Amino acid sequence: MAEIVAKSKKISSKGKTKAVDKATYLDWYEVMLRIRRFEEKSLMAYSKQLIRGFLHVYIGQEAIAAGLKSALTKEDKIVTAYRQHGIGLMRGLSSDSCMAELFGKATGCVKGKGGSMHFFSKEHNYFGGNGIVGAQIPIGTGMALAEKYRETKNLCVTMFGDGAARQGALYESFNMAMTWKLPVLYICENNKYAMGTSVERTSNVQEIYKVGSAFEMPSEPVDGMSPEKVHEAISRAAEHIRSGKGPYFLEINTYRYRGHSVSDPAKYRTKDELNDYKELDPIEVTRKTILDKKFATEKEMEAIDARIEAEIEAAYKFAEESDYPMSSELYEDNYVQKDYPYIMD
Amino acid sequence: MSRIINLRDALGEALDEEMARDEKVFLMGEEVAEYNGAYKVSKGLLDKYGEKRVIDTPIAELGFAGIGVGAAMNGLRPIVEFMTWNFAVLAFDQIVNNAAKTLSQSAGQFNCPIVFRGPSGAAGQLAQQHSQTFESWLANCPGLKVISCIEPADAKGLLKSAIRDDDPICLMESEQLYGYKGDVPEGDILVPIGKARVRREGTDVTIVSFNKMILVAEKAADELAKEGISAEVIDLRTIRPLDHETLVKSVQKTNRMVVVDESWPFAGVSAEIAYEIQKYAFDYLDAPVTRINSADTSLPYAQVFVDEYLPNPERVIKAVKEVTYMNS
Ligand SMILES: Cc1ncc(C[n+]2csc(CCOP(=O)(O)OP(=O)(O)O)c2C)c(N)n1
Ligand SMILES: [Mg+2]
Repeated sequence: MAEIVAKSKKISSKGKTKAVDKATYLDWYEVMLRIRRFEEKSLMAYSKQLIRGFLHVYIGQEAIAAGLKSALTKEDKIVTAYRQHGIGLMRGLSSDSCMAELFGKATGCVKGKGGSMHFFSKEHNYFGGNGIVGAQIPIGTGMALAEKYRETKNLCVTMFGDGAARQGALYESFNMAMTWKLPVLYICENNKYAMGTSVERTSNVQEIYKVGSAFEMPSEPVDGMSPEKVHEAISRAAEHIRSGKGPYFLEINTYRYRGHSVSDPAKYRTKDELNDYKELDPIEVTRKTILDKKFATEKEMEAIDARIEAEIEAAYKFAEESDYPMSSELYEDNYVQKDYPYIMD
Repeated sequence: MSRIINLRDALGEALDEEMARDEKVFLMGEEVAEYNGAYKVSKGLLDKYGEKRVIDTPIAELGFAGIGVGAAMNGLRPIVEFMTWNFAVLAFDQIVNNAAKTLSQSAGQFNCPIVFRGPSGAAGQLAQQHSQTFESWLANCPGLKVISCIEPADAKGLLKSAIRDDDPICLMESEQLYGYKGDVPEGDILVPIGKARVRREGTDVTIVSFNKMILVAEKAADELAKEGISAEVIDLRTIRPLDHETLVKSVQKTNRMVVVDESWPFAGVSAEIAYEIQKYAFDYLDAPVTRINSADTSLPYAQVFVDEYLPNPERVIKAVKEVTYMNS
């Protein structure tokens, strides 16, 4: 335990955490709790076979979503991998539409077509969850090219795992983004494992932020168990990017409490390691901070808890009661062209 | 002597036996060593052969496929496992531009004895990116041989032949059928590459298929038998080279053919077979060759889409009745 706390202190971002106001703290708490409860409920639904296929949960990593939420504007664009419920919810997709998506219902955020790996929302500038490891790294870079092309002040957040950081696509993207000074914020969510493979086993370079230095890209590690530190690091990076200086790379150190997907017993790690991280649980810690700073009373916090609980219960009910899509929808959305002549034999 | 084992263990035995036989054979891929394989095909191999010969790679398909190609050109016999063929798409450059072409480019000096293998096809509600088949993409490329099978004895014998083959080979397994059981002879069985197998003899219609669609074809044949229609079921096992002879011979007997292929219809394996048959067995045909494929679309997540998308016995039965003019 002591070791992990010390390590997370060591990697806590440079610069001082600016004072964050009460509303932000309460918002962080709410969004993290929403993600946590949403995913706990989805795991329960999975065990009842109401959700099928893959289900990669974000539990343990919620502080990153919280810090992103407060540090980004609504016009900023974001793309990530398949462990993406938290990012979708953070962006403002409703619990109803996300739960319905997991259930494969027509009322889902992508009409039951994407499931757990692929929420998308144009309205919320959410460019989706991608199931091919590393694929979103050049895509996020291209989204940034479009912003620069249109001369906006928006930045594009491109998120990926520690495993994805070893894909060649990252190196090509970093190089072009830096050469062309694209407004892209790369975030590696280092949760220590890619399926059963620990970070140490994938490279000689253990501190992933260091790969940015080969491109002279500003790069740094961040303590990802703390919404304050995530917020602060992203805000600083965003300022740099918006001023036209080009990309920025943050390695946000975090931990996933559950297995890779529902079928993974996670035998490759120790219980102690898991418990050490749970001691740093961002939701617990944020709750305590709010109470310590007297931003809210215990009673007020319980009211938030109850409200989120009710929201998730309602989402579950909504998902359960919604209709499945029509099978004829299979022939929709493959082409924009409406009368595309499919082979129908 | 034979015993009943599943596809996973049959493939594992082939890897084990070939690694024991030839020191130049090694296995690399994501999670193949410490995790014993994402689908446990390589279970126990790390313990037995050590990390020199059972190598966990980072997630870097293009890189490790190319590393396999280089090692093969330089005297080794790599087996490169893709967690699924969907991810092998990242490595197609090395497979198509290098593994397939090195022999030609070097005028016969450098061959590339490598096996690329992993599961192919839809496996439940895994959505668009995780449900694809690439047999026809790879079979389109001269220089490669393509195997796609699920019968445990075939898989073992073909994998062993593939490892010993001097040309590059792509071998497709099935995520959903690693637990599928069959009779597998003990010891050194080799199944020849390029030979189909008649799984069931029949006289009224030939149903051709491969990989997990074989089970759909057989189910349809069972149902058809109850209605007095005798279907011959052929398992291609190898896609390239195609066993032209077995297919033509069967049509000469049955005069009708239905191809069941999980791939998309456009320019697929089913299209190639239909061409071969109309060209070389035209005079024997009593009806057009018909095919059942997955829908000409991406496969979304919800179960209704999976049901609508994939070939099933009902669709095969309907097609058989069409070519035997029994629909009314
Ligand atoms: C190109 C590709 N290769 C392999 C896979 C299979 N796969 C899915 S997730 C995963 C691990 C990724 O780990 P990481 O990037 O650390 O993300 P995390 O799951 O920890 O969030 C692998 C190997 C895939 N989806 N895509
Ligand atoms: Mg990871």
